[in-house]
Amino acid sequence: MISKDEILHVAALANLKIDANEVDSFVSQLDKIVGMESKLASVDTTGVEPTYNMGDTNSVFREDKGIHTQTREQMLENVPEVEDNLIKVPTIVDKEDDE
Amino acid sequence: MNFETTIGLEVHVELKTKSKMYSPSPVAYGAESNINTNVIDFGFPGTLPTVNKNAYRLGVMVGLALNADIENHTHFDRKNYFYPDNPKAFQITQQDKPLGHDGYIEIEVDGEKKRIGIEELHVEEDAGKNTHGNNGYSYVDLNRQGTALIEIVSKPDMKSPEEAYQYLENLRKIIQFTGASDVKMEEGSMRVDTNISIRPVGSDTYGTKVELKNLNSFNHVRLGLAYEEKRQAAILKQGGSIGQETRRFDEKSGETFLMRVKSGADDYRYFPEPDLPDYEISPEWIAEIKASLPETASVRRSRYINELGIPEYDAGVLTDTKEMSDFFDEAVSYDANPKLVSNWLMGEVNAYLNEKKIGLLDTKLTPEHLAKMINLISNGTISSKIAKKVFQETISNGTEPEEWVKSKGLVQESDPAVLKPMILEILDNNQQSIDDFKNGKDRAVGFLVGQIMKQTHGQANPKVVNKILMAELNSR
Repeated sequence: MISKDEILHVAALANLKIDANEVDSFVSQLDKIVGMESKLASVDTTGVEPTYNMGDTNSVFREDKGIHTQTREQMLENVPEVEDNLIKVPTIVDKEDDE
Repeated sequence: MNFETTIGLEVHVELKTKSKMYSPSPVAYGAESNINTNVIDFGFPGTLPTVNKNAYRLGVMVGLALNADIENHTHFDRKNYFYPDNPKAFQITQQDKPLGHDGYIEIEVDGEKKRIGIEELHVEEDAGKNTHGNNGYSYVDLNRQGTALIEIVSKPDMKSPEEAYQYLENLRKIIQFTGASDVKMEEGSMRVDTNISIRPVGSDTYGTKVELKNLNSFNHVRLGLAYEEKRQAAILKQGGSIGQETRRFDEKSGETFLMRVKSGADDYRYFPEPDLPDYEISPEWIAEIKASLPETASVRRSRYINELGIPEYDAGVLTDTKEMSDFFDEAVSYDANPKLVSNWLMGEVNAYLNEKKIGLLDTKLTPEHLAKMINLISNGTISSKIAKKVFQETISNGTEPEEWVKSKGLVQESDPAVLKPMILEILDNNQQSIDDFKNGKDRAVGFLVGQIMKQTHGQANPKVVNKILMAELNSR
């Protein structure tokens, strides 16, 4: 059973705001989804290599050439607030700079 | 109660590529804000990443230089988090099948050699840069977003701050000599996170580990860890317990301060990166990269000592940085005497760099010019006194030494037919010095040589002058 705390935790990780009265409906919905997926766990996969990728390509590399595909003006066009070519955002404290 | 310390280090190193890890945007340190960005770096919907082949190659180089096993079947993973320095809200990294694992490097502390294990290393992308205003806003520059990084995770094998310091020094040197990165802490192309815990001697479980941040130099790492050792021991001795937390090193006070308490494991919701295929790193490619690895610092050092006759200490200084060692090798390749090149680099050149507080590559001195100047001294064209003038000219203005010496008429006078008449005249005018010499006052010789140098504006060849002068003095 998914708990309310788990719903709130996952919502926080996904940066989603959930109203208190929505939590119960998400509990029951997510419970069904997770319950359905847990059926997969009943299959014996001993000795089976995991499938990381569904694509049939492999090892496609790009050569190391620096090119501008967009201009700065294009890139900053959709930024809500720009100052000195920097993107202005509300200060976020309590987190480190280098993740 | 006595404690023992356990230290593990996570080091991020920017790889020296022309373009980013997953996008073709150019990479340049100190570029104008947001100039090197594109729709992939900004995480626009519908964009797809591509893997930079050179970045992967450099990563494998570092792995091989750190004696790691290189993974043949790998894929990328997505690490999810929200922060304005990365508008994609995820980082593409290698969580499950890192590029390499189980490496090691050797360190030496107090004459004792020790191996420090490398748990794993993987390629990933850097985030952008935030600056915080005091007006309630932060400012984001995404030039760095997507820059190729390699993260090197050590095993918790270090037992003291000094061992951690040596590990970092050697790691920096090893990577620098592969040419894969500039590894400059001051430019952020090398960054260090540390984990430290202490436990009573003989205990078989590790203590609670504390993460240290804001370590901007190797010395800060050493100081921060030493402070933590003491702080944690004091708490445990008083019967307290260590919190699982992240602390910040304050360079002014040399102390560490609580940044935040860690609430369990970081919840990054890793999953295989769906926008990139699997990667086969063939043994052939790995062998090719291995064959292309440049000479390491220690190999260069032994070559300098054994083949070029450079003293051990000097060879150590010359191989401290790749730029110095490359400069030396190139100068020697212009047929300059290796010992003289070494003496000049360690003497005059280093003095110049220290005085101006700049790096070797910031000067106008080229290995070719240094070699030419040294050869001008070796073949007697200029005196070592004149050489100092030539040196100042060539290192400050990049002037070609041979032509400059000729145009300024600084060529040393070595012709006895020119020097002898001068010497005879000076002797004739300085009977007192001759008498002094006869009475055993050697200082008189110095005075006479000085007179000759004065008359020739320092261009007389001292060896030739000495020979003629002594013969003449002894015969009078």
